[in-house]
Amino acid sequence: MNTTQQSNEVYSENGIVYPDNVMLDLSNLKKVYPTPKGDYVVLEDLNLQILKEEFVTIIGHSGCGKTTMLSMIAGLNPISGGNISVLGNPVKGPGPDRGVIFQSPSLMPWMTALQNVLLGVNQVFPHATKGQRQDIAKYYLHKVGLENAFHKKASELSQGMQQRVGIARAFAIKPKVLLLDEPFGMLDSLTRGELQDILIEIWNKEKITAVMITHDVDEAIFLADRVVMMTSGPSAKIGDILSIDFERPRTRKSVLENDDYYTYRKHLIDFLEH
Amino acid sequence: MEQEMVLKNENSLSSSLKQMLLKLTPSIKKDGIIKSLKNTGITLLSILMFIGLWQMGSKALYNKEADYRIEKALTERGEEAAAAERACIESGDSSCQPNTLPSPSQVWASLQSLIADHNLIGAKKNAFAKKMAATNEKMIAEGKDPIVYTGRASFVDIVLTSIKTVFAGFLLAMFIAVPIGIIIGLSPSLRSAFNWFIQIFKPVSPVVWYLLVFMIVKTLYIGDSSDNAFVISFISVGLCAMWATLVNTAMGVASVDKDYINVAKVLKLGTFQKVFKVILPSSLPLIFTGLRITLSVAWMVLIAIELLAQSQGLGLFVWEEFQNGANDSNSKIIVAMFVIGIIGFLLDRLMLAVQNMVSFNKNEMA
Repeated sequence: MNTTQQSNEVYSENGIVYPDNVMLDLSNLKKVYPTPKGDYVVLEDLNLQILKEEFVTIIGHSGCGKTTMLSMIAGLNPISGGNISVLGNPVKGPGPDRGVIFQSPSLMPWMTALQNVLLGVNQVFPHATKGQRQDIAKYYLHKVGLENAFHKKASELSQGMQQRVGIARAFAIKPKVLLLDEPFGMLDSLTRGELQDILIEIWNKEKITAVMITHDVDEAIFLADRVVMMTSGPSAKIGDILSIDFERPRTRKSVLENDDYYTYRKHLIDFLEH
Repeated sequence: MEQEMVLKNENSLSSSLKQMLLKLTPSIKKDGIIKSLKNTGITLLSILMFIGLWQMGSKALYNKEADYRIEKALTERGEEAAAAERACIESGDSSCQPNTLPSPSQVWASLQSLIADHNLIGAKKNAFAKKMAATNEKMIAEGKDPIVYTGRASFVDIVLTSIKTVFAGFLLAMFIAVPIGIIIGLSPSLRSAFNWFIQIFKPVSPVVWYLLVFMIVKTLYIGDSSDNAFVISFISVGLCAMWATLVNTAMGVASVDKDYINVAKVLKLGTFQKVFKVILPSSLPLIFTGLRITLSVAWMVLIAIELLAQSQGLGLFVWEEFQNGANDSNSKIIVAMFVIGIIGFLLDRLMLAVQNMVSFNKNEMA
């Protein structure tokens, strides 16, 4: 794994010292929802460092707080305790440095595929010319295989195609971190496979640090450098971390043929069934 | 041939043409023809049944009243008077016709007489315009107002006045309700500030709105001799009808899909962009549903308000015919009833078409 080599350079922010290859740092993260019966602790003492150009998948049982964690990183959900920082800068709210691919494609149905991608591009590249912004949006739509659907209304696209637009929109704003909240959970397994291939193909090129929630053990292994396993809530924390040492770029075939694949798979399933 | 050419072309303009053609084609298909013939048949049959029932009902009412009159003549004035009454009724003389629910044929005759009357008045107007042409030219040259025809309004003029009033009221409702709805939809605190206001004034009757508007407009028009009936009626109509749009707009804006809001947050869209690119487009379907209700409510309350405001529209027409009590008054009222119904239906279809145009999710409609 080329991203794990240690660097000697460090920089500091708020007195905390970070190695410079850390993109995303979660320290002592805590989330509490007040209820009439007292506080409900979703996450507690959660510590995780995600390196630059690393692809991390997060797996755990439903309701363990994975989505809560991701939306806190996105800045859409306030933090109850601890810290989240991106390149040493504490997260204070949502922003385009952390692109999100939501579980439902969340496209504006009244806009075309191109307009949906441009909505973000226009925001992030305000000084580019109109033509340049169009080119960026079209480039990413091309990458996800939608070169014939630029001007189709989002509401006319299938779920799978809508999620492709979602991927294009997230990559097109060139975020520092990409957050994926079970983006393929609502798709059939064939479409899911296609989209995994598309996602990993773009990612191989852009190497944007990615954190992805998934329920699918095979998806977790195929895409990730590390699989983070979360314990069941309440007070969920990180249970185990598994490094996936397959060469990149990977193909589905080479992954399936590798003997380690089944060891990894067993490790994950043992954890989940425990 | 042409259709094929269009279908072959792949650009977006022709794809919208293609969709139009696809929408048109079902009526050309054989199944479609049979189905639409069947539907038309059923509709025609039910219309015939309706007219038949109406004919029977009006006949029964007519007979009841005729018998009563003859009976009354018999008990009060003796056999001879009763025979004379019977002869008079049977002769169809207008002086002794029972005054009750008119039959379909009477209503049809009234419709034709109203159209004939319209043509007559039209001819009079033309003659008047010709006669005054020279004089009016001179008056305009001198900077005075030309003399216009001020005779009785024809039925068509009356209908047009009503349509004009309802559209003026509708536009007023739209220009008040949509902006306020957006503003209170965006801010929860403004929403609670406005809530009591909406809850209290929404159920107020059209008559009371008319009286309120009358109080205000009367004072504003002091010293102005011009006719304010139109102004009063369209403002009252607008105020009565705006609530559906106000509530729907506020609800539409307040209940924008959380996912869209999250996308706007992640992209850090500014307030202006967030409102105009995300919130408004997403609430358009609900706003237009509100506007559709507003237009139909406006048309419904219009009749009562025109009656009160003495505005030369269908409401006043119906009331005057009722007060008039002439032989054909009842059938004219029924003519007005049908005209009101048909125009209301057409207005609703118009709004439905607009609503379908702005709705982005065709599946959610229906």
